[in-house]
Amino acid sequence: MIEQGFRGNRFYKVWLAALLVVAANGIYYYLRQLDEGLAITGMSRDISWGFYISNFTFLVGVAASAVMLVIPYYLHHYKKFSRVVVFGEWLAVAAVVMCGLFIMADMGQPQRAFNILLHPTPGSVLFWDMNVLTGYVFINFIVAWTTLKAEKSGLKLPGWVKPLVFISIPWAVAIHTVTAFLYAGLPGRHLWLTAIMAPRFLASAFASGPAFLLILLHILKKIARYEVEPEAISTLSKIMIYGMITNIFFYAMEFFTAFYSNIPDHKETLEYLFFGLEGHDKLVPWVRSSALMGIIAVVMLLFSKVRQNEGTLVFGAVLIFLSTYIDKGMALVIGGFIPSTLGEVVEYTLTWPEIAISLGIWAIGFFLISVFFKMTVNVRRQNAR
Amino acid sequence: MNGDEKVSRKEFLKLSGVAAIFGLGGPLAFEILAAGEYSAENDLAGTIRYGMVVDMRKCKEGCNDCAAACHFKHNVPDHKSKKIEVKWLWKEPAKHLFQDRDYAIEADVSPDKPFLTLCNHCKHPSCVRVCPTQATWKRKEDGIVMMDFHRCIGCRFCMAACPYGSRSFNYAEPRPAIAKLNPGFPTRTRGVVEKCSFCAELAGTGEKPYCVSSCKEGALTFGNLNDPGSEVRKLLRENPSMKRKAGLGTEPSVFYLV
Amino acid sequence: MFKMYNRGMVVSGLLVFLAIVTFPFWKIFLNNMGKSMEKNSVFSSTSGSKENRFMPGPNINPAVAFALKSGVSGCVEDRNFMRARHMRLLDNWRDEVVRENKREYVNTKGEHFEKSLTGTCLKCHSNKEEFCDSCHKATGVEPYCFDCHHTTGVFSGNSAGDSTGGFQAGETGHLPGGNK
Repeated sequence: MIEQGFRGNRFYKVWLAALLVVAANGIYYYLRQLDEGLAITGMSRDISWGFYISNFTFLVGVAASAVMLVIPYYLHHYKKFSRVVVFGEWLAVAAVVMCGLFIMADMGQPQRAFNILLHPTPGSVLFWDMNVLTGYVFINFIVAWTTLKAEKSGLKLPGWVKPLVFISIPWAVAIHTVTAFLYAGLPGRHLWLTAIMAPRFLASAFASGPAFLLILLHILKKIARYEVEPEAISTLSKIMIYGMITNIFFYAMEFFTAFYSNIPDHKETLEYLFFGLEGHDKLVPWVRSSALMGIIAVVMLLFSKVRQNEGTLVFGAVLIFLSTYIDKGMALVIGGFIPSTLGEVVEYTLTWPEIAISLGIWAIGFFLISVFFKMTVNVRRQNAR
Repeated sequence: MNGDEKVSRKEFLKLSGVAAIFGLGGPLAFEILAAGEYSAENDLAGTIRYGMVVDMRKCKEGCNDCAAACHFKHNVPDHKSKKIEVKWLWKEPAKHLFQDRDYAIEADVSPDKPFLTLCNHCKHPSCVRVCPTQATWKRKEDGIVMMDFHRCIGCRFCMAACPYGSRSFNYAEPRPAIAKLNPGFPTRTRGVVEKCSFCAELAGTGEKPYCVSSCKEGALTFGNLNDPGSEVRKLLRENPSMKRKAGLGTEPSVFYLV
Repeated sequence: MFKMYNRGMVVSGLLVFLAIVTFPFWKIFLNNMGKSMEKNSVFSSTSGSKENRFMPGPNINPAVAFALKSGVSGCVEDRNFMRARHMRLLDNWRDEVVRENKREYVNTKGEHFEKSLTGTCLKCHSNKEEFCDSCHKATGVEPYCFDCHHTTGVFSGNSAGDSTGGFQAGETGHLPGGNK
């Protein structure tokens, strides 16, 4: 069935080839990184997690968002999602693969990655994160593949898939909660040391994931001329908006606690992000645009006319995607290190090798998305004949 | 399901089974994630707990003997770059180490006075708790927070977890940046995290750490915090002392006399 | 008979596969073109007698004389043991020293050594090229231990930094022979 993912016209083949070129460029810089060390990235002694972990954090959210399709369809028999569920699951698989690649790119000694399994440490959140992410990619892949295979051969869905689907629901919540726990339990990092970290992560996931999926489905419609049920689009957009509203609300809660309590440790990072601190303000334009984009998108999409118009809906989804990418990725992860544990404001500058490697990983992710989506569309088209 | 339907025995057993798993799983998760044996929660009486007292009254301004000795003996590289620097022991302005003081009116420490800082070998180290491979752990016999460079995967979770900024990552290959190699001690390679080890290779030989023995002013005292008769305990009894970020619960083993 | 579809793709794919699978053989052949057979052989030796072809050459460190004086008869274990098991010994030492803090080794003869690649083994076998590399190169083994543990006779970095205080160049950690 996978060969259906490579069947397409010339433009599709060119697209896949272009993605492979970007991926190859990323691999070249990764080999340089293996040789020279992570010094070629922008990370430093004070900012020890950077762009790679930012992308990882954002993509775990995208992966978790598949649950927002699975719950209505499998748990509540919302038939309108019948065509769209499998796309959400494929997006989740591609997102988790990208997460794994970003982690490997970030590690100082990637060839020792197996040590996490050889020397299990149940007290370490990272150990659990690795487990749940690996489990999630398997669960989602198996469920998506089997449902599509069943569709292809016209057979009923095998009984053993249902329990897997039900497991994937708390599992999706788990992957993002555990990822939030990576941050939320560290005593020296006050931007992250908040109980609302996990809820914030989930809210932002339920905004960014559906946003991403809406964009992809729009591309699918325009380029492959394949459509899902319009009610599915409408429901997805509602999930996205509620997710984003909750995300903004949680963010506002952080502001209140920080500034009303007036505790410097709580305030300083938010000050750095939104207003600059001690003259350092590299991230301010990014963070402010992220906030602006988020608010504009939410206000815009409150109006049903805007939601029902494809063009404006996708525009809103793009705004939400970019807003959450900047906020959850750059602002949250890098902001956590500023000011440093020694009270200094040290800034972070991306380097080209870092960008190249990240683009390469995104290219691999898009390659997977393209192949999985194309496979699904081709299989369904063949069935329809 | 309305109230009239009966639940079959099979269904009841299935439900109870699932509920039991959740019920038991909760306390189990709590046990697993609790600090437990990954900190020194266990009774340490009778074992050694190494600690250091830094007497800033005796520490000479401009003197760097301790750091130079440590960095030479342990082949710590000098990359001459703040971005990728590796340091085990160094001097930092007081305002960076003790951030909760009102230096304007609390007169005994000047905010810019360089204070010596190093890994605190905490009693409840957060770095140990988060390490996914146990490449760093707290030794039961002497409380040193140890590094295993062979096992470290370079994930830098420990660096995020340390509230004191004591840890350095080898972003670049260290050897080209080592001015004078000490042949008796290995170097590290790029991709692993390192920090002060309280000279673990000397523990048990009776020798003091290199920083302590190289200080001409006698500002550094090293010993067993669990032994009320030790020099460090004596100093702490007779002088008011400070430790870094006391409220975080890590309980550092490095104390400052001002 | 049977028609082969996509013959072009199949045949070229097979050729590429063969090239990749035989890579070790033709690459080494190309590398060694023009070099004399004598130098390549693992049985050649640039120093020492034919008998002691795996012992270090004339560059035996004075520390060995010290070790022999303090009653140590030579290497930690004998030649056959080391040939078969030196890697396993070193792996055990690594875990026992670093993780269990057990630094003393008692060999099969009852002699005491400090478990240290840098401080014990490489102290005597200080000529890495003649001793370690000659066998490793021939067998195609690249242990990364030396990235960290090879410090004798290594020309360190040329940065201008200077350590203060009276530390002699070549200052060592612990000597072999149980000297504490």
